[in-house]
Amino acid sequence: MRYPRWRLLLFVCALGVPVYWLYLGAVGALGPDPGKVLVDNVGQAALVMLLSSLGMTPLQRITHWTGWITFRRQLGLWSFAYAAMHVTAYLYFVLGLDFGDFPTELAERPYIAVGVIAFIGLLALAATSSRWSIRKLGKRWKTLHRIVYLNVLVVLLHMLWVVRSDIGCWSLYAAIAATLLAARLPIVRRRFAARCSRKRAAYEGKQIGGGVENNR
Amino acid sequence: MLIRIPRRSDCIEAQVTPEATYLDRRRFIQRATAVATALSGLPAVSYAEVGRYAEVEPVSAPAWLQAKLQQASWESVTVKDEAVTPFADATHYNNFYEFGPDKGDPARNASQMVTEPWVVTVDGEVARPGQYSVEDLFSPAQLEERIYRLRCVEAWSMVIPWLGVPLAEIIRRLEPTSEARFVRFETLSRPEQMPGMRSGFSLIDWPYVEGLRMDEAMHPLTLMAVGMYGRILPEQNGAPLRLVVPWKYGFKSIKSIVRITFVREKPATTWQSMAPEEYGFFANVNPDVSHPRWSQARERRLPGSLFSPNVRETRMFNGYADEVGGLYVGMDLSKNY
Repeated sequence: MRYPRWRLLLFVCALGVPVYWLYLGAVGALGPDPGKVLVDNVGQAALVMLLSSLGMTPLQRITHWTGWITFRRQLGLWSFAYAAMHVTAYLYFVLGLDFGDFPTELAERPYIAVGVIAFIGLLALAATSSRWSIRKLGKRWKTLHRIVYLNVLVVLLHMLWVVRSDIGCWSLYAAIAATLLAARLPIVRRRFAARCSRKRAAYEGKQIGGGVENNR
Repeated sequence: MLIRIPRRSDCIEAQVTPEATYLDRRRFIQRATAVATALSGLPAVSYAEVGRYAEVEPVSAPAWLQAKLQQASWESVTVKDEAVTPFADATHYNNFYEFGPDKGDPARNASQMVTEPWVVTVDGEVARPGQYSVEDLFSPAQLEERIYRLRCVEAWSMVIPWLGVPLAEIIRRLEPTSEARFVRFETLSRPEQMPGMRSGFSLIDWPYVEGLRMDEAMHPLTLMAVGMYGRILPEQNGAPLRLVVPWKYGFKSIKSIVRITFVREKPATTWQSMAPEEYGFFANVNPDVSHPRWSQARERRLPGSLFSPNVRETRMFNGYADEVGGLYVGMDLSKNY
């Protein structure tokens, strides 16, 4: 794969963030309830990574730099890794490792059930992200990986259910998700492609025009 | 009037926090210094109040309150073998949505609130309605320090040393009529000093309203607080006066009160109106009644750390069942949550 340095940089940064939070928690800089802060932070980070992975294809189309696509899989895998940390932190800090209560939690708190569904979705995507899986699954791979669009909505529902009083932060994520999903709609894609080709045509036209001027 | 409160709510031995976790060296030294100062006969009155707890930001109280602080009855109610939450945590981890949705927002923003002068409107079914200052409401009473557990509906808890007087004493002086069955409280609503109220994304309908049944309001454990940790209340903790109802979830203990109304009907309270399937009027701490967001079976006693999340079982009525259980005899608490 191309751009190994950029991908390494992304890896180091994405690994660095939760390590930094753990460090802050260990030195007491996350306040009196560091566990809850970690649960919330890595959960939101998983959403950010998921949205970022969805942002790569549109970015590539806008900028015409093919490097974006090479980050996409890693971003998706980070989203899964953060989600796994989110679940672990929940089990340790909120449930106090009392696994016997987990079924009750699932049954009584729909947002936790929704979170589990989102996690299973990410797990399925992560498990089939290797080149071997892509080869093996062939055409079905693309169909399978389209569940990421559904997964974003499930994650947003999970977060909305947790919001207690102020919906500002959630609205921001929802707006970004809406934009990224809208970018997939065929009509939007066609319009965008048409505009790009018009622009290119105009640009090339100017080049030719400029050339003529120079010739004069 | 002397109200003797039995200490049957004290913790059982198994719930005792390990000493090593909580023994705060500085607090020990400060106490030792206070004792030494007292023994040496030096005038140490105002120092001793703040010196009771470690790392409390000292602050000057209004003159009338300063005099009362010196006469206060310290540790009139305590929780046995449970460590008091550090002052910094109790003042930097707050829910006070008028100042923002995050736990740190109240500490950041609440100093914008002007608390002097402060007028409390008393109205409704009461013989002595009117506009009262905080001093008017508190003046004949002696301040008591009461160390209570505070259990938030979000499944975290703290132990706070409050300073105040039983609400019953204040209510008696106001002389509610026989028609008064509930007490309704209202928080200050002043958007220009409260940035959370200016957020377009807030789901809360201001002003914040809470209420108690008359017998709950008159219960000797119910406190109207003006201070904590030996000093006046910080703004983010509900200055200049707030309710403390230790057997109910924290949101019942309404902050920065500007209106006390005696009413016949059960008042519509903020959280209950917003999400009635989540928050009830009574909101008694009850590990058996689950909340759609948080399990109420256990709680995180703050401060926790990464190495010990400090999760413990939640107790019925937050451990005050012996004192307040009688208020709810015959009520189905799973319906009247």
